[in-house]
Amino acid sequence: MSKEKFDYFIKTENNYWEVIIGLEVHAQVISNSKLFSGSSTKFGGKPNTQVSLVDSAFPGMLPVINKYCIEQAIKTGLGLNAKINLLSIFDRKNYFYADLPAGYQISQYKNPIVGEGSVTLDMPYGTKRVGIERLHLEQDAGKSIHDLNPDNTYIDLNRSGVALMEIVSKPDLRSPEEVNSYIKKLRTIMRYLGTCDGNMQEGSLRADVNVSVRKKGEKKFGTRCEIKNVNSIRFMEMAIESEAKRQVEILESGKKINQETRLFDTKKNETRSMRSKEEAHDYRYFPDPDLLPLQIEQSFVDNLKKNLPELPDQKKDRFIKDFKISPYEANVLVSDNNISQYFEDVIKNSDVKLAKNWIIVELFAVLNKKNIDIKNSPVSSKNLANLINLISSGEISGKIAKQVFELMVNTGDEPSKIIKEKGLKQQSDPKELEKIVKKVLDKNTDKVQQFKSGKEKLYGFFVGEIMKASSGKANPKLVNDILKKELKK
Amino acid sequence: MVDLNNISLTEIVKLVKLKKVSSLELTNHYIKNIEKGKKLNCFITTCFDETIKNSKTFDAKKNYDTLLPGIPIAVKDLFCTKDVKTTAGSKILENFVPTYESTVTSNLWKEGAVLLGKLNCDEFAMGSSNETSFFGKVINPIEKNLVPGGSSGGSSSALAASFTPATIGTDTGGSIRQPASFTGTVGLKPTYGLCSRWGIVAFASSLDQAGPMTKNVEDCALMLEAISSYDKKDSTSINKKKENYSKNLNKNIKGMKIGIPKEYRVDNMPKEIEQLWSKGIDILKKSGVKIIDISLPHTKYALPTYYIVAPAEASSNLARYDGVKFGYRSNKGKNLIEMYENTRGEGFGDEVKRRVLIGTYVLSSGYYDAYYLKAQKVRKLIKKDFDNSFKKVDAILTPSTPSSAFKIGEKTSDPISMYLNDIFTVPVNLAGLPAISLPAGQDSKGRPLGLQLISNSLDEQRMLNIAFAIESEIKFKQNLNRWWE
Repeated sequence: MSKEKFDYFIKTENNYWEVIIGLEVHAQVISNSKLFSGSSTKFGGKPNTQVSLVDSAFPGMLPVINKYCIEQAIKTGLGLNAKINLLSIFDRKNYFYADLPAGYQISQYKNPIVGEGSVTLDMPYGTKRVGIERLHLEQDAGKSIHDLNPDNTYIDLNRSGVALMEIVSKPDLRSPEEVNSYIKKLRTIMRYLGTCDGNMQEGSLRADVNVSVRKKGEKKFGTRCEIKNVNSIRFMEMAIESEAKRQVEILESGKKINQETRLFDTKKNETRSMRSKEEAHDYRYFPDPDLLPLQIEQSFVDNLKKNLPELPDQKKDRFIKDFKISPYEANVLVSDNNISQYFEDVIKNSDVKLAKNWIIVELFAVLNKKNIDIKNSPVSSKNLANLINLISSGEISGKIAKQVFELMVNTGDEPSKIIKEKGLKQQSDPKELEKIVKKVLDKNTDKVQQFKSGKEKLYGFFVGEIMKASSGKANPKLVNDILKKELKK
Repeated sequence: MVDLNNISLTEIVKLVKLKKVSSLELTNHYIKNIEKGKKLNCFITTCFDETIKNSKTFDAKKNYDTLLPGIPIAVKDLFCTKDVKTTAGSKILENFVPTYESTVTSNLWKEGAVLLGKLNCDEFAMGSSNETSFFGKVINPIEKNLVPGGSSGGSSSALAASFTPATIGTDTGGSIRQPASFTGTVGLKPTYGLCSRWGIVAFASSLDQAGPMTKNVEDCALMLEAISSYDKKDSTSINKKKENYSKNLNKNIKGMKIGIPKEYRVDNMPKEIEQLWSKGIDILKKSGVKIIDISLPHTKYALPTYYIVAPAEASSNLARYDGVKFGYRSNKGKNLIEMYENTRGEGFGDEVKRRVLIGTYVLSSGYYDAYYLKAQKVRKLIKKDFDNSFKKVDAILTPSTPSSAFKIGEKTSDPISMYLNDIFTVPVNLAGLPAISLPAGQDSKGRPLGLQLISNSLDEQRMLNIAFAIESEIKFKQNLNRWWE
């Protein structure tokens, strides 16, 4: 559904309610080792096999910052057009939980490594700029497993100490759709940068969603509720919708919203209270005395900036400018680094216009249907370029090309081989084509007469019959030339 | 044969190098002393079989060319020792056996030393009299009713009683210097970051520092040389070249300037301590040192500042003792919260609980600014006081403690009077500076009294030299009749 103008409101009998959304995204940093220890961060290891004495908070163990994680956070900050803070401080966030071995999480509270920035979204109603409040580094906790045993909880500390970036947006989002777009854009940027794989199933990307509502036109924000730890975009959209409706109902019945933390029940499609503001933890943040304040040289940041890869927005602009494609098409192609890479590989040796259509229409249809990633596409970029060149040179028609493409998908073979094996090569011998044309006209002398007496619509009929007689292989251009000549006789 | 109880570590090292005494003979000597001295309750754990084995291994070596060749050494039970129980004086770690060795103790073993056992201390190093240990109070060899000081009370007592030729302690607010002063021994707290904290059970991370405890200044220089090192596993460790403190030790202090801070003349200070201080000043004057009156105006805020910062950090550092991963776990309680409450309720002693409570309180939202943040600001001012002074002087001389060793039980019911004992030692920790306590005399009851020298960051060599000079003039004599044997 395409929208001309933004119109997401909760509509009731008397009011239009605007929905205000802010996101705290937790993005797992791509790094081989944890934020403060040398243990592996690999996903899916046997429980408690990637745990060091630091991760499990043994007496006398001390954290040592992983420089690579700092680089990753700075790169992400640069990708978000954000201010990099040359001085940042790691704090302890104190709370007791069985999967938090030290009894505190090392995080950044008052002095995050990255300050204000922004992300640009392409919405059907135009571009929208979403403010970034901050990005800070923190450790992940371990995992409590409650369903292995009826009487006991098991703890897996593999995740304990893995580096996370918490990216906090300003309350600039106004609809589930914008949230969808924001998360995807954030993910794309981080994937381009190689700083977070964005894999939501594995928990590499999750978000706390802050929702409030206000009557359309009002300036003051309403009281917000925070929906904790939502781990899919669809659930985020559902949670926002149901939470906004819940708040509107409360307000319309004349009651007040309590500021609280809520959980989203995906089965019932509703949020429920987890703890109220009064019950909120007092985390007793204070600077971690085991770590000195983190000081970064401007030259360190400059160097990272210099080596930053092309980012989606830059790539999009380049595609539009260099390849004369529409913003929509450019968006689609840059939404994933692998797609844009594939596209650029194909057009190295083939026509841009054909390439973008074949990728966006034919290839995406196949990939979606088969649910495979473009990295594993059965049709390699080289083979697709070859197919496009066969079309451009007139060796096969677009129609035959679709048949060849289907076989390429199934076999992974290259197009010329398929064409040869299946005898799909275009009929371009003028003498042979003349024979076919004459045969068709001879069969339909009555229609030839009608054509000559002015019924020009019949031209298409003749083309159709000729293509049929050549099993679709006749070169359309040549057919045209010969047919016109013959009909003039 | 020489009386090993009456010679210094430095002399023992010489004897070993000359093969006049073997590591095994030393070990047997100390084991005998320790077994005859159980009354003093210095040890939480001994590992004699291992010590004997390690001594034999050492004696079989060809090369004795290390700082501590085959020297048996007992260490405070706050240092994690691989495969040897490490309790921090607490029930909550009663049966904790680390799989790793602290950097500081590793350094000792690298220099040839062998572990004799683990010394008693106040629970998690919280105390000034070694009366808070879960493993019972330690007795001062000076007199049977006296505390040995704390928190490194097991260390000071064991050293004074010759259960170990030297030892190491940790000093968060005076825990090396005060017990040294109470037992007539030498104790040095190094510059924050000179010795690695890796593998030391943490009390207050921004203040904790390991240091040597010895019978004289020369031994102290030797031990400091052995234990100090840059350690990339400790982010607060100072990256600098190792110093040869013992080789460079000398008494040439002529022309130096020593500051005397007026704020250390506190009310009700015993006359004997005043006299001791004057004696120190006179000795320095005679040695050609210029005495300069200085002011450290924020001194009076040091104690309250310390008792905010240290408990705040401790409340967080001790959160890991929750019964989940290691250490004591109560079997009472129906759910996680009750398990926590019972484990910590049963596992921690009163003084630890008191400080966890204070620390939690001062970090709480609504109180943070008034307590913790303000304390951090004052801490900076205290540091600045010292910085200003060190523009004018090379070191500062003060008494180590406001009194000599007190009686067992005398202050246990009054935490404030106990805390007041740290009044001369805590400013140094807050400022991250090095300081040494050396025995300088006895009071009328024959109890030792110490003088404290404070120097600028990383100025340990000069501080040791001054201490060395004072020591040689003061001629302190320990009178122990080994009444406990």
